[in-house]
Order: sequence, then structure tokens, then C-alpha cells
Amino acid sequence: MAHTQDEILAGLAELVAEETGIPAGDVQLEKSFTDDLDIDSLSMMTIVVNAQDKFDVEIPDEAVGGLKTVQDAVSYISNAETAKA
Amino acid sequence: MPGSDDRAIAVTGLGATSPLGGDVQTTWDALLAGSSGARPIGEIWTERYPTLPVTFACSLAQPASEKLTPQEIRRLDPSGQYALIASREAWAHAGAPEVEKERLGVCMASGIGGLHTVLNAYDTLNDKGARRMLPMTVPMLMPNGPAAAVGLDLGARAGVHTPVSACASGAEAIAQGADLIRRGLADVVVAGGTEGCIHPVTIGAFAAMQALSKWNDDITRASRPYDVERNGFVMGEGSGAVVLESMAHAKARGATIHAVLAGVGVTSDGYHISAPEPEGKGAARAMRAALADSDLAASDIVHLNAHATSTPVGDVAEAQAIRLALGEATDSVAVSATKSMTGHLLGAAGALESIFTVLAVRDGIAPPTTNLDSQDPKITLDVVNKDPRKLPDGERAAVNNAFGFGGHNVGLVFRSA
Repeated sequence: MAHTQDEILAGLAELVAEETGIPAGDVQLEKSFTDDLDIDSLSMMTIVVNAQDKFDVEIPDEAVGGLKTVQDAVSYISNAETAKA
Repeated sequence: MPGSDDRAIAVTGLGATSPLGGDVQTTWDALLAGSSGARPIGEIWTERYPTLPVTFACSLAQPASEKLTPQEIRRLDPSGQYALIASREAWAHAGAPEVEKERLGVCMASGIGGLHTVLNAYDTLNDKGARRMLPMTVPMLMPNGPAAAVGLDLGARAGVHTPVSACASGAEAIAQGADLIRRGLADVVVAGGTEGCIHPVTIGAFAAMQALSKWNDDITRASRPYDVERNGFVMGEGSGAVVLESMAHAKARGATIHAVLAGVGVTSDGYHISAPEPEGKGAARAMRAALADSDLAASDIVHLNAHATSTPVGDVAEAQAIRLALGEATDSVAVSATKSMTGHLLGAAGALESIFTVLAVRDGIAPPTTNLDSQDPKITLDVVNKDPRKLPDGERAAVNNAFGFGGHNVGLVFRSA
């Protein structure tokens, strides 16, 4: 079953917190993963792998570069869930 | 006692996490009390692998998760976690020396490497496919991962090294650290060894070599070096780290010097992939080389922390090697086989036992050898049995031995500061 945008944000924030220690509350839609949250590429790839698992979607390598902000990632996961449904 | 300042290395910090305790003091207290670190590996594994011939090991006394952040736990293999814990304690114990990062090195050994990471990645590949494999897999499985983690934690820039010589690795790292300082490439080096590979795969594999004790019903008495009934070692895990400094650097900053690393000797048997040279010639050459390097005589040695893993062949070969190296002086050396309590920490053993040797020299006390109910008549050594033994007053010198599959031999000589 597809998740709401809020559910995806909360799930993503949890993955970011687990990987980096950044408080989940700081993971907000307008934040940039690199510029605001200071997440390096290795951590970003880890978050992506774990997000695929958590939401049961595929995020191809070529799509990861386009995920600049938390909103980008939430939208991508939401669209992927919808497409699958 | 001689020993020129430009060759001698100051030991200014000690750190450990072991089957006996989560730090050096707890470990040392348990060691002097004759405690055992042996624990069952747990029903999850024994039920899943009923053919496993050995169902116990000396696992960590304090979980790494109590010392590191959840993120550090996620991003490090157990071997890296343990190395970080031991190194941080050693660094703090040394008083967090102020040193230029370009003059700070790391030598952190591992005998096996990131085994748990490899196996977890293999499970993920099988269960979920390649696209679920974690990007940190390679940095976590590589044998230099622990050394790199310690190097990053300290910002070390004089070189980060990982000697790999099986069960001699931890001692070889300390020898290599001394070399870095003596060659003028570093003023301070964090050196040691780490191992975190207790798993049915390693237990099954070591058991296949007939290397492990199978006393599943009497696990705290299974590791019994020098005893007539010894029948193999008990796997252990953990890490030991020391802070090594040039004498000049340590003295200039007024550091507490716990002992002096006076000499190192590294040789190889050139004989067999796993069996020791039966007369102990290669091991004897390592001890002699360390003594020659130290400017000390065999008669200066009052204590020896033996490699003594509790295997029938290895313990005898080492006993012969000690006599070959020290000659008549052997009879006045108090020998301790501390694996009787810690189990065999493989690539961390030489580092943890170097810490024990430093403390024995500093505090004038030799740790006991437990489970020695009936000493093998082929072992003609003065073994410290049951209770710790007071060492002679005054300046003291001691040897730590470590040997590894592949025919690696390392002898280290420590003396009073």
C-alpha cells in the first residue's frame, strides 16, 4: 500500500538519523542533503539502499543524482510507489 | 640497566576491550583474579548448526554498543569497533598528547579482517540481491578498515598501517610502530591489534584444523596452556592498543612512561603453513633478535608472557624456543600463559599481551596461568600457576611472544621506565 508524503518523510528522516546521527526533526522537505544536512555520498548511497528496502521501491543509480533535497526524495519514492500500484 | 634513549620507545598509553573487561583496568583486575572469559556462543547458532564441534568462545565482556555511537556501530565491522574503543582509551590514558598530525602514525593489525561484514553482505546478496548491498561494505570488510578508522579518529597523517601475520599481527604492529619512530617518520604511534570474528564459520574452520579445544561441557577450563590435558585453543575477540612515543617526545611533554619498549625481533620459520618449527628455532631467533635490539642480556629478563595457546604441539615448541633463546637464564624467568583466561584473540593477542607485559613490568607482578592442574613434563619452564607472583624489585625486563600461522614470529622486550 502506498504511503502518504508525511509517512515517507518520517521514514526517510528515520533512515537519515540512523545513518548519520542527524536528529530526525532536522530532516525537513526543503533541506538539501549535501548543503544543509552535510551528508556525504557514501552515506547518501546507504540511505538510498535502505530506502529501497523500507519502501520496497527501486531507485536506480542514475536517479540518485537528481535527489538534491528531501522533497526530491519523498516525491521520487511516492511516484515510484504509485507507478508500482 | 643499559638502553640508549634514541633506540628505546616510551609506552605512554594503554587501551583494551577484551573477554575479561571493557577497559585495561577491568581486564587486568580480572586477569590477576584468574577469571575466565569463556562464554557459550548461544542457541541461535548451535541450533542452526548442530554439527558445530565447538559451542563456546571468549567473547567481549562489555558490548561495543556501550562505548560507541549507533552510527559508529553501523559503519564499522566489529573488528573496527573494538580497535576504536581500545585506541580511544589508550589515547586518553596517554593524556591525549599534543603532536603534529604529520608526526602521528597508526599501526593497527588484524589477523582475519571484516569477516562479519563479508558474511552479512553475502546474506544480503542471496536474500535481497546486489542492489540492497550497503555502500559501506568494502570499507568495513577491508583488513585496514580498523587502522583507517583509528587514523581518521585521531587525524593521523604520518602513515596508517595494517600488518597481517595471523596471530602475530598485534605484536608485529607494535614492532612496526617502533620502527616508524626509530626511522624518524613519527613521534607518536598508536599501535595494536584487533579481532572480531567469532562466528560458526571461523569456529568450524579452526576446528577442522583440530586447533580448538572441544570441552563444551567445561568451557572455563578448556583453555589450559602447558597442562597435560590441553587439546587446543579457545577463540577470543577484542582489541589492545598502546601509545608509543619517542623518548624525547614523551619526556619533553612530561608524559607518564609506563614501560619502555626496548627491543623488537621479527622472524619467519620458512617451515610450514601452520605447524611451528618443532625445535622452536624461528621463535628463538625472534626473542634473541629482540634482546640484541634492546641491549639487554637474557639474565635481565624476569618475566615472559608466552604465546602459549593451549595446543599440544605449539606450547612445547615455544617452551623449547624460550630455552634456546634464553639458555640457563630461562630458569629465573616467571612465565605466564594468559590465554588460559582471555582465550586466543588471534590478531589482537600480541597487542593485549603486550599490555599485560607492560603492566607486569610496571607493577612488579606476573599474572597467573589458570587451569594448570598438571604441568606437561615436556614444558620445562617456571610457570606462574594459580596465583599472581610478585616479580623482583628494582628494574625489570620482560618478553612478550606472538606467533602466527604462516610461520610468523615476533618477540618484544619491555623494561621498566
